Amino acid sequence: MSSSANLAVELRTRKRSADAAFGWVARGSAAFVLLVLAAIALTMTARSAPVLSAMGLDFFTSTQWSPPEKVYGALPFVFGTLFTASIAIAFAVPVSIGVALFITQVAPPRVRRYMIYAIDLLAAVPSVVFGLWGVLVLSRDFGLGRSFLTAGIILAVMITPIITSLSREVMETTPQADKEAAIALGATRWEMIKATVLPHSTGGLVGAVMLGLGRALGETIAAALVIGSALGQITTNPLAAGNSMPAVIANEWGEAGTLHKSALIALAMTLFVITILVNLIANAIVARAQRRMRGA
Amino acid sequence: MATTAVTAAAPLTTSSTPDLRSRPNWRATKSALMTGVMILCVAAIAIPLVAVLGTVVSRGIGEVLRGFPDFFTSDIPVVSRRVGPGMGPAIVGTVLATGGAALLAVPLGILGAVYLNEYGGRSAFARTVRFMTAVMAGVPSIVMGLFIYLVWTMRMGYSAFGGSLALACLMLPVVITSSEQMLKLVPQTLREASYALGASKSRTIATVVLPAALPGIVSGCLLAIARAAGETAPLMFAVGAATRLNPNLIFEANTALSLQIFENANLAFEGAQGRAWGAALTLVALAFSLTLVARLIVKRFK
Repeated sequence: MSSSANLAVELRTRKRSADAAFGWVARGSAAFVLLVLAAIALTMTARSAPVLSAMGLDFFTSTQWSPPEKVYGALPFVFGTLFTASIAIAFAVPVSIGVALFITQVAPPRVRRYMIYAIDLLAAVPSVVFGLWGVLVLSRDFGLGRSFLTAGIILAVMITPIITSLSREVMETTPQADKEAAIALGATRWEMIKATVLPHSTGGLVGAVMLGLGRALGETIAAALVIGSALGQITTNPLAAGNSMPAVIANEWGEAGTLHKSALIALAMTLFVITILVNLIANAIVARAQRRMRGA
Repeated sequence: MATTAVTAAAPLTTSSTPDLRSRPNWRATKSALMTGVMILCVAAIAIPLVAVLGTVVSRGIGEVLRGFPDFFTSDIPVVSRRVGPGMGPAIVGTVLATGGAALLAVPLGILGAVYLNEYGGRSAFARTVRFMTAVMAGVPSIVMGLFIYLVWTMRMGYSAFGGSLALACLMLPVVITSSEQMLKLVPQTLREASYALGASKSRTIATVVLPAALPGIVSGCLLAIARAAGETAPLMFAVGAATRLNPNLIFEANTALSLQIFENANLAFEGAQGRAWGAALTLVALAFSLTLVARLIVKRFK
């Protein structure tokens, strides 16, 4: 009698400790994210120290990048990254918003479903495939060459599906009553969009564009294939060959010596900081827009 | 007064029935014009999609089918000038690296999401983890590749597993975020019913919450795997450049479809470019089928 009571108590405590153990395993898995990020920050900082102590702040301001002379100035690549990303955004944003408006406000339900499928598929095409098409078709067969513009176009094609689907999700939350009220007052479709859909979605749209920008800044392979790998070019001529931070890392890592590798890691670190800032601002804007929409 | 108004209006109504057809005016024209602009936007996005997929299929299909199934089984020619198959080692490498990454990131990510939604809630630690997950999702893939090179490849050498580690780091935040969203959709009443029957918290999660959220979680994981399978930059510094079949996940240099496309795209040889298109077709087919399966699961269980 007493032994079976003891057994019951023991079983219950064992069950409780298994329960607690599961909780701790889950907590540990969540903590893994912090661990990996800390490891990335620490390793990258440690490995980029040599070039930063050799070059000082010149690393960020010098326009000369010459591994044989041990001179590493990252400015042209920072410029190239921002320039190609701006070209991509300039092409992608109007198109994405137009497509999202068409899907949510114009297309009949059946067409809408197929278009959403098609955009999902476009988002699933690997970036290296766009790069291959860019280098063998767009730049060679169409004669566009390897340049900022070619890279910008390829990046635009890659980020359009992301911006489109985020914009579509935001636009879909426009209250039906607002839209019907606008139509009832005699508004045309475009006036209805201008009066209800666009004001309602502004915050979400800005966030979507910023997330697309984050993707464009970090995209490596497509840019590495079509940007042209020119060293030290700072020019606003979109047809000139240029270079971007991720493209330099991908193209030069193979034959880099110790200090050169350190310079490339410092470049990666710079890219890391820029993209994280852009992404965090984007997330904050999206979160605020979502809160406002729930409140409305 | 009222009668004069009626008589004054009378001739108007009697002379003709009111014209209710909408007359063309500037506002309607503008609305139609803007609809036209939207259709142009749709065309602008459809053209590259059709052009890229059309080229991949038209240039890749011949390569893939020539002497079927040589393309899928033969080793990669060491002399890249040579015309002919194949991509066998790259297909195996992609499957190994992506599969390994899924084995690492999926359980870890789902457990992390379980913590965030079932245990952490709005606690400070959970909010920190959520914030850092968003940060991690923004890390460029090439940075992840360099990181794995520094902590793994430099010590352990090139292998498919190094690629798995890099891809797992990229997948982890995606799996956590999508799984947490799915767990959030599970009704609180299900959990309460399970507790009322005397089930412990871990048992409730394992037998009630996770099964209820499973279709959504699986679909999110498949999308993350599809994205990972196409990644190139994280593999560049971890997998190596083998040309022969290496079915070993842990040891010896390997290769991957994406890496082969990247290398061959830069070569001016007909044979190399042909193999690149073949590899692109294979990779696109792989990514599309994973995406479609994910969509079907969502549709089926909605």
